[in-house]
Amino acid sequence: MELIFEKSRPGRRAGTVPSYGLTAPDVPAELRRAHPPRLPEISEPELVRHFTALADRNFGVDTGFYPLGSCTMKHNPRANERAVGIPGFRDLHPHQEEDGAQGALELMWRLQEILAEVAGLPAVSLQPAAGSQGELTGLMLMRAYFADRGEDRDTIVTPDTAHGTNPASVTMAGYKLVKVGTDARGNLDLDDLRAKVDGRTAGLMLTNPSTLGLFDEGIEEVARIFKGAGALMYYDGANLNAVCGLSRPGDMGFDIVHINLHKTFSQPHGGGGPGGGPVAVRDMLEPFLPSPQVVRDGDRFRLDSDRPKSIGKVRGFAGPFGVFVRSYAYIRRYGPGLKEMSEAAVLNANYLLAKLRDAYDVPYDRHCMHEFVLSARNIKRDHGVSALDVAKRLMDFGIHPPTVYFPLVVPEALMIEPTETETKERLDEFVAAMLQIAREAAESPELLHDAPHVRPVVRLDEVKAAKRAIVKYGFEQHPDLAAEMAGTF
Amino acid sequence: MAFLSLTDADRAEMLAAIGVGSIDELFEQIPRGVRLGRELDLEPALSEAELMRHLEELAARNVHTGAELSFLGAGIYDHYVPAVVDAILSRGEFLTAYTPYQPEMSQGVLQSIFEYQTAICELTGMDVSNASGYDGTTVAADACFIAKHTTERTKVVLAEALNPQVRRVVKTYAPGFGLDVVEVPHRGGTTDPGEWRTACADAAIAIFQQPNFFGCLEPAPELAAAAESVGALAVAHVDLLSLGVLEAPGAYGCAMAIGEGQSAGTFMSYGGPNFGFLAARDEFIRRMPGRIVGETTDLKGERAFCLTLQTREQHIRREKATSNITTNQTLLALAGLVYLSWLGPQGLRELGETCMALGDYTKARLGAQLAFPDKATFKEIAIRTGRNAGEVIAAARERGVHPGYALGRDYEGLDDVLLVAVTERRTPTEIDRLAEVLAEVTG
Amino acid sequence: MAAPESYPEGLKYHAEHDWARVDGDEAVLGITWFAQDALGELVHYEAPAVGATIAKDAPYGEVESVKAVSDVIAPLSGEVLEVNQKAVDAPEVVNDDPYGGGWLVRIRLSDPSELDALLDVDAYKALLAEE
Repeated sequence: MELIFEKSRPGRRAGTVPSYGLTAPDVPAELRRAHPPRLPEISEPELVRHFTALADRNFGVDTGFYPLGSCTMKHNPRANERAVGIPGFRDLHPHQEEDGAQGALELMWRLQEILAEVAGLPAVSLQPAAGSQGELTGLMLMRAYFADRGEDRDTIVTPDTAHGTNPASVTMAGYKLVKVGTDARGNLDLDDLRAKVDGRTAGLMLTNPSTLGLFDEGIEEVARIFKGAGALMYYDGANLNAVCGLSRPGDMGFDIVHINLHKTFSQPHGGGGPGGGPVAVRDMLEPFLPSPQVVRDGDRFRLDSDRPKSIGKVRGFAGPFGVFVRSYAYIRRYGPGLKEMSEAAVLNANYLLAKLRDAYDVPYDRHCMHEFVLSARNIKRDHGVSALDVAKRLMDFGIHPPTVYFPLVVPEALMIEPTETETKERLDEFVAAMLQIAREAAESPELLHDAPHVRPVVRLDEVKAAKRAIVKYGFEQHPDLAAEMAGTF
Repeated sequence: MAFLSLTDADRAEMLAAIGVGSIDELFEQIPRGVRLGRELDLEPALSEAELMRHLEELAARNVHTGAELSFLGAGIYDHYVPAVVDAILSRGEFLTAYTPYQPEMSQGVLQSIFEYQTAICELTGMDVSNASGYDGTTVAADACFIAKHTTERTKVVLAEALNPQVRRVVKTYAPGFGLDVVEVPHRGGTTDPGEWRTACADAAIAIFQQPNFFGCLEPAPELAAAAESVGALAVAHVDLLSLGVLEAPGAYGCAMAIGEGQSAGTFMSYGGPNFGFLAARDEFIRRMPGRIVGETTDLKGERAFCLTLQTREQHIRREKATSNITTNQTLLALAGLVYLSWLGPQGLRELGETCMALGDYTKARLGAQLAFPDKATFKEIAIRTGRNAGEVIAAARERGVHPGYALGRDYEGLDDVLLVAVTERRTPTEIDRLAEVLAEVTG
Repeated sequence: MAAPESYPEGLKYHAEHDWARVDGDEAVLGITWFAQDALGELVHYEAPAVGATIAKDAPYGEVESVKAVSDVIAPLSGEVLEVNQKAVDAPEVVNDDPYGGGWLVRIRLSDPSELDALLDVDAYKALLAEE
C-alpha cells in the first residue's frame, strides 16, 4: 500500500484557507522559510480513501476479541464520543475565565470525588496525562514528602513482576531501584521483602492484583512492613478493573494510587493514546499535589494555584479534559454497579483459565482475578512451538493475540485479560482457537512457525527495521527495501 | 448493567466450568481485612439518555467559542478543524486499537505514525521524530533528558519568552533528572542573543520559542548558533502552523524541535487531550523517548512497518530506559497528520500568511497600544490597555468579547497587557468589533 | 549465521560474559558466545572513542539487539587503542564470530594485576552451568 506521500501530485489540495482580501506582510528574510515542506498534495476523496484503507488494515476492540493482559481492552462506548463533541466541552478554551468554565470545572471535581471513593484515598489530581506519568508524579510526591520531613531516603522497591514503566519511572525520578522476588503462590516474597526494606526505603511500587493476575494474599503484612519502616506505598492502577467496589487500594494500605482512565474507565486506546493517569493520595500528601487543583467553594468551582508545597506542574492546564468527560460519562453509567463490572471481569478470566489449564502450563495454581498468565513452555519443550508462534497463529482466527513474554518471571508467557464486556460466545471462540493451536503444535507445527497467513502482511523482519532505522519517507532518496530483498529470495 | 452481557444461564455454566459455587469464591483471595464490605458511595447509574441530558446541562455552563467572540490563544488556538478529521478519528479500527505491538494486526496505525513522523521531520527540518509526546510541555522535559545524557552537562537554559507552562513543567522534572534551570529574561518582547550566549555556557540544552509566547518573532538563527557555539543543544519550541512561512529549526542549526501540536487538527477541549511533538537530528535517534515506527519488509518481501528501537523504551530496558512513556497521544498525532495532509504545503503557507495578515490588521486597528511595537509577529499581538487586564477582560466579556490572555499572570510589568490571538477563524469585522469594545472599556 | 557454542582456551573471562585476549601489555576484548546468544542478532554497537579510558567492571559501550540493549562490561582497565569498525558497521559479525572478527576494542592495560581476578575457561563454563 502506498504512503500518502507517494500519492501526492503537485497542485492538488483538499482544504482552502480564507485570505479576507488582505496581503500578508513579508517575513524578515533571515526568518523566512526557504523551501516549502513536502506535505502531501492530495484531494479530499483520496485523503479519505487513504485513511479508510489504513483503517481496514488495523484491528481494534470494535473489530474483535483483544485480550491483552494489563491493558483492559474493554468496549469503548460511543455515547462518550458524542459527549466530547458537545460544543460546550469541545470548543472551550482552557484559558477561559473560571466563571465561564463552571460546567467543566464541576465535571472535573465530580470525577475527582468518584476516583477518591473508588481508590479509598481522599485527595485527587487529574493532571497526569497517562499511567506512567501518574507513576512519575507519585514518585515526585514521595520525594517532596520526605524532603519536607527532612528524611533522606533513596530507594524504591518493586517486584520482579513489575510493569516496565515502574523501573523507568524510578530512574526518571532520581531514585534507585531494589527488586523483590515473587513466591510460589505468586505473592511478594515476604522474607526477601523484610531483608530489603529499611530506613533508606522511600516506598513500594506495586500493582495488586499483580501482572500475574493474582491478588497479593499477604498485602496486609506488606503494608505493616512498609509502615514500620516509615515508607510509603504506591499502587500502580493498571489492574484496578479487578477490584472496583470490592477492595480499595487505600484500604489495602497504599498511600498513592494512579488510575489508568484508558484502561479501567474506557477512554479509547487510540492506537497508543491519549490516556489519563490521575493520582489519588492520602491526606498528608495532598499539599504536594500538582498545581492547579480543582476545588469547590460552596456552589462554585475553581482552579487553586496557591499551593506553596506543590511539586509543580506535570502537564499543561488541568489535564486532558476530553479524557475526563469520557471516563466520567462511563462511570455515571455504572454508579455503584462498578462492582458488577469487576465481578464480570474476574468471572470471565477464571472461566478462560479453567478451560485452558489442561492444554497449557499454568504457573500458579490459584484462582486468578481479571487476568491470568499461561506458559507455552510445555508445547515449546514438546513441539518447539513458542508463545510467539501461538500469538501469530491466533491472528488467523481473527483474534488479537494476548500479551506475550511478560511478566518476565514466567517463560513463554501469555498474559490474557478478556475484560467484562465479552460475551460467553466470544470466550468460547477464544478457547476453541487456543485448543486448536495446541493440537496444531503437536500435529503441524510449521503452520504455527509461519503464522499469520491471512493478514495483509506476514511476519516482519524486525532486525532489519532496527538496523536500517528508516524512520521517515526519504522522498527521492528513499531506499527500496523490497527491491533489495528481491535478490535474496 | 451497561455493556455487560452475562445472563444467569451464562453465569451458571461458567461457575460450573470453574468448579465454584459462586463468584464470591473467586474473591476469597482478597483478605477480609481489605474488603470494602459496602456499596460504593456513588450516585445511581444513569441510562444513556439521562447521562446525555446531565452532560448537556454541565456543558451549557461553559462559555465556548460559539457563545463568545474570543481572542484567547497563549498556547492553545482556535483554528478550523476540517470534518475529515472527525470522520477518520471515529473509525473504530483507529479509535479502539492498542499500541501496535503486533505489527501484522496494526499496519494501519503503524503506517499512519510513519507518515506522521515524516510530516513532522519535513516541517521541522529534522531527521527523526517520535510518535508523539503527551503535550507541548512534557516534550520540553523529554528534550532535557536527552541533552543530559548526550552532553553530560547539568544546566538547562530557558528563554523567559518560552510559554510559562512549559517552563514550569521543565522545572518540575528537573530535580529528578539532576538538572538546574536558569531563565534568560525577555527584552522588549524578544530574547537578546548576547545575554543568551552568556547564559548558555556549560549548558546541556537551551530552549527558545518561535514565535514566542508574546507572538513575537525571535532572532532564532542567532539564538541557535549562540547555544551550539558553546556546546549546548539548541532547541526551538515551534508552532507547526507557522512552518509554512517561517524557516524550519533544522535549517538554522537546531539540534531538536519540539512543540504543542493542538493547533494542527485538534479541538481545544479545555486543554486536552492534544499532543506534543519531538524531532531531532540523526545523532539522537537512539536517545529518543517514546515510540518510533520504522520501515522494513515482511517474509514475502512486502513493505511493512513496525515499532523499532523498542529496546530503548521502558518495556525492555526498564531502569535504563530513555523515558517511561508508554501510552502517548497517537490518535491526536493521527489528527495532526490528517489535518496537515488536508492543508498541503500550499494551504499551510496560505494559513501562515493569513494569520500574519490578520495580525497586521489588528496592529493597524489597535496601533497606539502595542506592547512591543518594533517586533515582527505571527498570529498573536501584545496590546497595552492602560488598565488592569483582568478588569478589561471582565468588562469586554460583558459585551460578548473575550479580548485575550492577561500576560500579567506570568510576567512582571505587563499587568495591563493582553495577548490577542488572531487565527484564520477571526475576520476583519470581528477584529473591528474587538477594537470597538476595547475602546469602550479602556476609555 | 550465528556460530556454534564455544569458549576458547587461552582467553580470560569475566562473569558479565566478556572475554579478553592478552598480548603483552595490550588486550583485545569482546563478548562471549553466551552473551550474543542471549541478545540475539545484534543491530547496533555503540563503541567508546579511541583514547578513552575504560575501567574494569564498568561499562565501556553498548550492544543492542531487537530484544534488548546491554552494557558491555570491561574485564580490564586501560586506554582504548582501536575500535573494531567492522563490528560498528555490521554488528552481526559479533554473532557470527564472537572471538575472532567480532572483537570489540583493543586496549593498553593500565593494571596487569587485574588479570588475576579473571576466570579461565573452566571457571567460566562452571559459572554458565549455574545460570
